[in-house]
Amino acid sequence: MAMVLIINGEQRSVDVADDVPLLWVLRDMLGMTGTKFGCGIAQCGACTVHMDGKAVRSCLLSVGEVAGRAITTIEGIGATPVGAKVQKAWLDLEVIQCGYCQSGQIMAATALLTETPRPGDADIDAAMAGNICRCGTYVRIREAIKLAAGERHA
Amino acid sequence: MTPATKTETGISRRSLLRGGIAGGLLLSFHLPLRQASAAGPFAPNAFIRIDKSGQTVLVMPQVEMGQGIYTAVAMILAEELDADFSRLTLEHAPANDKLYANPAFGLQSTGNSNSVRAFWKPLRTAAAGARAMLVTAAAQAWQVEPSSCQTINSEVIHPASGRRLSYANLVEAARELPEPKDVPLKDPADFRLIGKSLKRLDTPDKVNGRAVYGIDAIVPGMTFATLAQSPVFGGKVAKVDDREALKVRGVRQIVVLDDLVAVIGDHMWAAKMGLEALDITWDDGPNADLDSALIWRQLREASAKGGVVAKSVGDIAKGMAIGEKLDAAYEMPFLAHATMEPLNCTVHVRPDGCDIWVGTQIMTRVQSEAAKAAGLAVDQVTVHQHLLGGGFGRRLEPDMVVAAVRIGKHVDRPVKVVWTREEDIQHDYYRPVYRDEISATLKDGKVAGFKYRIAGSAIIARWLPPGFQHGIDGDAIDSAADTPYEIPHFQVEYVRVEPPVPTGFWRGVGPNNNVFAIESFIDELARRAGKDPVAFRRAMLGKTPRMQAVLDLVAARSNWGDPLPRRVGRGVSIQPTFDTSIATVVEAEVDSQGEVLLRRINVAVDCGIAVNPDTIVAQIQGGMVFGLTAALYGEVTIAKGRVQQSNFHDYRMLRIDQVPKIDVHLIKSGEAPGGMGETGVIGGPPALRNAIYAATGVALRRMPIDRDAIAERKKS
Repeated sequence: MAMVLIINGEQRSVDVADDVPLLWVLRDMLGMTGTKFGCGIAQCGACTVHMDGKAVRSCLLSVGEVAGRAITTIEGIGATPVGAKVQKAWLDLEVIQCGYCQSGQIMAATALLTETPRPGDADIDAAMAGNICRCGTYVRIREAIKLAAGERHA
Repeated sequence: MTPATKTETGISRRSLLRGGIAGGLLLSFHLPLRQASAAGPFAPNAFIRIDKSGQTVLVMPQVEMGQGIYTAVAMILAEELDADFSRLTLEHAPANDKLYANPAFGLQSTGNSNSVRAFWKPLRTAAAGARAMLVTAAAQAWQVEPSSCQTINSEVIHPASGRRLSYANLVEAARELPEPKDVPLKDPADFRLIGKSLKRLDTPDKVNGRAVYGIDAIVPGMTFATLAQSPVFGGKVAKVDDREALKVRGVRQIVVLDDLVAVIGDHMWAAKMGLEALDITWDDGPNADLDSALIWRQLREASAKGGVVAKSVGDIAKGMAIGEKLDAAYEMPFLAHATMEPLNCTVHVRPDGCDIWVGTQIMTRVQSEAAKAAGLAVDQVTVHQHLLGGGFGRRLEPDMVVAAVRIGKHVDRPVKVVWTREEDIQHDYYRPVYRDEISATLKDGKVAGFKYRIAGSAIIARWLPPGFQHGIDGDAIDSAADTPYEIPHFQVEYVRVEPPVPTGFWRGVGPNNNVFAIESFIDELARRAGKDPVAFRRAMLGKTPRMQAVLDLVAARSNWGDPLPRRVGRGVSIQPTFDTSIATVVEAEVDSQGEVLLRRINVAVDCGIAVNPDTIVAQIQGGMVFGLTAALYGEVTIAKGRVQQSNFHDYRMLRIDQVPKIDVHLIKSGEAPGGMGETGVIGGPPALRNAIYAATGVALRRMPIDRDAIAERKKS
């Protein structure tokens, strides 16, 4: 079944059953590998993308549910002003170690800052606790979110 | 259009795109040629290549798995080469032990926190030699003494005449020169790069999806697979009914091997749905009844019998007869690695060759194991190295490559084999279970005798057999035999016990166990002696001033000794691991239910020369989270021969809302660099355990933390 997806503002047509999770359509059919597979059960956040600006876990989101909705992935997040700010803060504070979870972290942080431009620690906890980082970069993720929000200087 | 063709179309477009965005990280292979051709670059050794356009390629012998080694290696090379750090291109080394073996192991291996330690001298020597050749080339052109020239930012300068030549312009002359011998290295006082917190070279591509990990490899025409291995260790496939699986849309093929079944499909989801639809009957084999209780019983029995003496100081029998004697035993669980990037390997097995796309800590071993599995010669196997989405020791094993090759032999095109998280957790090489029995004597408030017996797996005996000598596993006794404490009568024993569960290196390795047991017991001894834990340790560190200094520093920065609320405690630990001295203080609260809240963490570090200080701080911060995750949650248990945990809901990780400020205090030092990548993991668990001891009076002796044991009992 041909399906039209809107990914990073571009229309992409894929021939796929509508119950296939968006994650695998992105990675294995469209070759957009920036979105990561971590757990497959929405426990780790590595697969986080945006649907109409909200953070969603693409490993459990079937592609049929996203047809016609605006999907943003890590490959496109830098084109949004908040996403670009988050990417810069991540590099300014050298948040990243192995980096595998960071696509998801950046997507979650961008969704948070879009909704809540001046998040407090409790907001950060609530928005980011679904994203596991095995390298343990949490201290810097928190600082980088505050930097991107303009609440601290690098 | 069929799904298969669509996949290929999408991928080829993406592949083209990738070619254009390689940026600073050129993740390709290029065998450096010592005998350069007329048009070739200046390639004086295996690590450096400069071409006439000025492009400076640095070849990375060690793999990047988050520890920042690409940047550290580039800094060390660029320092002695005086290369322009802002214009470097990094390249993975190809599989080649002759050129790129880790000097500590004799094979290409990234582990044991030794990349900087092992390559410090060889890289500096290589780069200094290259620089000397460029200087000689310039001096000859100017007809001046080489000693009258200087180098900076990829240029040779002759200050007396104001002349300068870029390295690019010296390529042709330099490559004709003989390799110089005994070139002096820089005085560390003259370092321009080393010691500065420079921006990492691998991170810009990690914020935008461009970084390519093994799991992201895209090979034209490839198909996708996932697998089920025998859920019981050592079990075999008895029979497979694949009728339902083959009906799943996108499933193309089922590969049945003696101990695993793989489903090949148009994408991972098809493969996974196909696997779930398979009806597999397993022959569980000899471990069908294995469980954790049996493993612990066997470990305790073996430990009680005693082992080989690995270290002896003074007269332990005499030491054990002095003063008051205390005994304790500590036990550590199996742990999974749970790298965020699940295990994976992409292979293309052909009759005349095999390509492997993977992120691995052991490139040449993967190559030779793949050759064996494919029935090919080693030089017919090409390994394409990738970034690692976490290693932590898991990727020091070649099993994922061997399995992928065995599957790939039955597939007529490239195939990407990806482990589900469940398969990854349940088929690990686990951090071994350990039992540590300690007896010590106290006389006049000091430790007189200390007898320590470690029982557990000898990973070295399997992984690097020549390293296992006289029944002693050097890793298992690490940070015990070389204790910094001055104790008159001291003995370490090792008992090798191999449970029928695969065991392997887990970030922090042997010291995780030893530092936990020893530092926990030291706190118990201090309490019995009526001494403050910091003062008690300090009094025994007279011969290790660097350790004493980090202990003093962390005590000061953590407000050691200041009053705390009820059920809040501070705990301390010290560790001599990987040639780095570290002292840690964790402050934690234990609530009435026994839940532990981390309040504050301070770590003082003396790692000698800090190549990139900010990366070191990051490694300690992250390592703390890794270690404390294990202390609070980490335990793999076995029932009916199977691992009972399967994913992050039952193999839990610390999350951002549980992690407090982690302040890292580096001591400036001119000593040789110490190891870093694993050090941060080790000190947190004993410091937390000691904080709980201070907060509740409960002496925990097993990991992970038992909430019931530290809950506040309701008064009836």
